[in-house]
Amino acid sequence: MKTIKILGSGCPKCLKTTDIVEKAVKATGTAAKIEKVEEFAEIMKYNVMSTPALVIDEEVVMTGRVPKQKDVETLLKA
Amino acid sequence: MFDWITAIADYTIYHLLNLSEGTSLSESLHFFVYDSIKILFLLFIVTLIMGTINSYLPVEKLKRFLQEKNLFGFEYLFASLFGAITPFCSCSSVPLFLGFVQGGIPLGVTFSFLITSPLVNEVALALFLGLFGWEFTLIYAITGILLGTIGGAVLNLFNLEDDLSDWVRAIIEKKQTARSHEESLSESFRERIPGIVSEATDILKGVVLYVLVGIGIGAAMHGYVPDTFFQTYLGSGEWWTVPVAVLLAVPLYAGASGVIPIIQVLVVKGVPIGTALAFMMGTVGLSLPEATMLKKVMTMKLIFVFFSTVALFIIISGYFFNLVL
Repeated sequence: MKTIKILGSGCPKCLKTTDIVEKAVKATGTAAKIEKVEEFAEIMKYNVMSTPALVIDEEVVMTGRVPKQKDVETLLKA
Repeated sequence: MFDWITAIADYTIYHLLNLSEGTSLSESLHFFVYDSIKILFLLFIVTLIMGTINSYLPVEKLKRFLQEKNLFGFEYLFASLFGAITPFCSCSSVPLFLGFVQGGIPLGVTFSFLITSPLVNEVALALFLGLFGWEFTLIYAITGILLGTIGGAVLNLFNLEDDLSDWVRAIIEKKQTARSHEESLSESFRERIPGIVSEATDILKGVVLYVLVGIGIGAAMHGYVPDTFFQTYLGSGEWWTVPVAVLLAVPLYAGASGVIPIIQVLVVKGVPIGTALAFMMGTVGLSLPEATMLKKVMTMKLIFVFFSTVALFIIISGYFFNLVL
């Protein structure tokens, strides 16, 4: 079971990221819990300055852009 | 350089639509076709260039530079320059702000970054380049960067740390060191291209409607409003026109990319360039959405001080350019 967190304060790009992550999870059939982190105090704990950012199992794997679904799938398989 | 666009516009208006030269209608349409193509073309090129710079100099790297190097007072200038090359989005201003102050970067230096970031952004630069030419664009960019530098340095004199929200102050005091991370993959230029292009396309998609509407209104005014109209009402450069222009600009933030083409026509029709410049800086630099976001990390008082300082410097630049240009 993976925990995926999407860090971002609800900007359009963050919503898009959530969308893509959900699709990637479905496509790969990964058992994962997707969590949206919108509180800045919480986001700052990951030392992330550009949102949206993607955190898988408490590790920041991507910041500052909307990922491609393919890339997320690769990350999920790792 | 843009002869090919003139050719396209000539062909469309005088050949395809079969309009005769020199009428208000054909003038306006020609202006619209020519400007739209030129500006969208420049927008794409400029966002590609900025995207490339940004891909190699992400904000995390810039922050580390400000944190670790002793810059002998030049940190304001650097922060302001970094703000200029970083793409601005009101939703990213808060994490940026927090990242800076948490990293021990002084509040004033952080403000330098925050002032310049929206003021000198790729969309505004591309529009200026297309509408006013490179000299004006350069003047605008330099003014914006200096404004951020001086604004930040001045704000630093006020000791504003106490006016941050409580939890932000707690972060600074604890120097809460979060896990730092490095972007794990280092990509070659070729691998970066698709990301840069899709980012540029996204930016373009986001503003294209505003830009076209703005050019449309500008084109109509270009053809139909008499040349002396604005000179009669706005052009004589009374002292109050500059502050009023800045105030009027604030609510226009969302449509900044549509406002700039209209301003260009106003300038052609006699509005003083300093007043126009102040107005444009007001539309992009004083962003209400940014103020709303910043409310989460600072008190209303600090937001007020921040925005009025920026507004004041914009007004001063407006007067300055009305005198000099």
